[in-house]
Amino acid sequence: MTTPSLRATPSAPATRTPRRIAFNSRVSRWDLKLSPYLYISPFFILFAIVGLFPLLYTGYIAMLNFDPILHTGTFVGFDNFVWVFQQRQFWIALRNTLTIFLLSAVPQIILALLIAAVLDSNLKAKTFWRMGVLLPYIVMPVAVAVIFSQLFGDHYGLINHVLGFVGIPPIAWHTDTIPAQIAIATMVNFRWTGYNALILLAGMQAIPRDLYEQASIDGAGRYQRFFSITIPQLRPTLIFVIITATIGGLQIFDEPQLFDTGGLAGGANQQWLTLTVYLHNVGWFQNGSFGRAAAVAWLLFLLIVLIGLINLAITRRIASNENRKLS
Amino acid sequence: MTAPTLSPTAISGRASAKPRRRRRGSADISSRPGFLGYGLLVATLLGAILPLYWAFLIASGDSSTLNNVNMPWWPGGNFLANAWKVVSNERVLFFKAVLNSLIVSTVVSASVVFFSTLAGYSFAKLRFRGSRGLFIFVIATTAVPTQLGVVPLFIVMSQLGWTGTLGAVIVPGLVTAFGVFWMTQYLSTALPDELIEAGRVDGANMFQTFWYIGFPAARPAAAMLGLFTFIATWTNFFWPFIVLDPSNPTLPVALSQLQANYFVDYSIVLAGVLLATLPLLILFVVAGRQLVAGIMQGAVKG
Repeated sequence: MTTPSLRATPSAPATRTPRRIAFNSRVSRWDLKLSPYLYISPFFILFAIVGLFPLLYTGYIAMLNFDPILHTGTFVGFDNFVWVFQQRQFWIALRNTLTIFLLSAVPQIILALLIAAVLDSNLKAKTFWRMGVLLPYIVMPVAVAVIFSQLFGDHYGLINHVLGFVGIPPIAWHTDTIPAQIAIATMVNFRWTGYNALILLAGMQAIPRDLYEQASIDGAGRYQRFFSITIPQLRPTLIFVIITATIGGLQIFDEPQLFDTGGLAGGANQQWLTLTVYLHNVGWFQNGSFGRAAAVAWLLFLLIVLIGLINLAITRRIASNENRKLS
Repeated sequence: MTAPTLSPTAISGRASAKPRRRRRGSADISSRPGFLGYGLLVATLLGAILPLYWAFLIASGDSSTLNNVNMPWWPGGNFLANAWKVVSNERVLFFKAVLNSLIVSTVVSASVVFFSTLAGYSFAKLRFRGSRGLFIFVIATTAVPTQLGVVPLFIVMSQLGWTGTLGAVIVPGLVTAFGVFWMTQYLSTALPDELIEAGRVDGANMFQTFWYIGFPAARPAAAMLGLFTFIATWTNFFWPFIVLDPSNPTLPVALSQLQANYFVDYSIVLAGVLLATLPLLILFVVAGRQLVAGIMQGAVKG
């Protein structure tokens, strides 16, 4: 990646006589002017059709009593939103989404930071460890969900079995709300911790080493250096990791959808019903209503924007405080 | 919709900035990881491997293995038999799912690589009015959760009669904002302007210049983009689950069917899960180094 081979294919070197530009200069001028736009157009066209339009149209459909067979709907204003707000399940799903998000994002980022710090030190067999922490990333979330829903089995699951050794009574992972959400958060963390650790590691390696040397001379210990140099210097990378964890985490679907097989997804008492699973249930199950599902989608969109902004504000503040302390 | 969730990390930085060379001074020797450090790494590694190994133990046993509290720590001999039950099941359509996943992931990766390189070349090397603003727009769209447009997208697909077909999964993923961003970053530093000018002087038209000069220069970054797009498409579940039906599934959709059909015998379900993991596991063994490098390059200077 670092050393690209820049061998331009020789395009007929034999005929290197100066060309008459006038011959097809008109074509050439259009070529020169239009080509740049032509080359970037596939992205913009596709984004307009499958990204922007659906997102905006979702807002419109949310105002319709949409008939899935006739493909038309009557305008009902905010009725779908009112309906959604009146559903107990929606509020449970909102709460679950937030708790599962916190249960996964917070430990995941802390753990990733620690792993990255170790990977950043003078390790032996660097590549081996880096590949090792990345391994779970290639296991598809559906597979992770099936494996972990059995590891977290209520009766014979390995995790309850191991907990039994240290005297902890079996936990009802598939019945109780918090344990179920911990199990789902564990699946997310399994797949993403190593990935985020590598991103943070790259950020750490970009920190000038002189800063550390200077701090060592000034008598700062390893932990002091970590908190007063590494964390503040890592701020942009941390913000990125947190933002992507937010966008992904709040839309979590695969793991809760497949955590259990029986009945409507999300658990008998909605213990692990998330907003995206709820959206799917509302739109595609038993008298599914696209209008109501669209309303849920828009609310989730607003939630993501809101939490993203809160995240940004918090990270900014923490990082700038750290900077002030440093200087 | 199938947009891979790659790390569009270096939004403010250069994707191709060289990682700082570490000085092997006294500071480094003092930061050799201690017992705790290695302990954390070993624990992480075990955490990555044990769930898969445990799944293999169950998958190589029989229907009673899962419920056996004193499960042996050595695999049994039934894995192939269980795997056969998976691939021969008429409702799960395992082979069809593998083929579908291969088609979808390959077409999407090839298309993302081509169109992203084309757009990246244009943004990085061609001068045109509005290029800056348009590029910022591209970056901004990486943060838009387009997954939330599923309802209208589904309506459109069903109006086109595409529901249940692979096209419905392929088309939304044909080019991604991240891909455009990634290739722009790479080409702006890796491809000297002189080469392009030389091509123009030799009489190549715009597309020939791209094809014979821009594209070859982009190869290393393009390979990585293809790799990550392949993985993201292969593992994607939400949209295929909505728009495809079980008679024409991709692999994750087939796996969800497997769980629904065989939920009493997890030795078979987990055999299917491991079979489905195998292709990417092979890819990981072959290209794991590149994956690590790709994630880290996307993040340098973050």
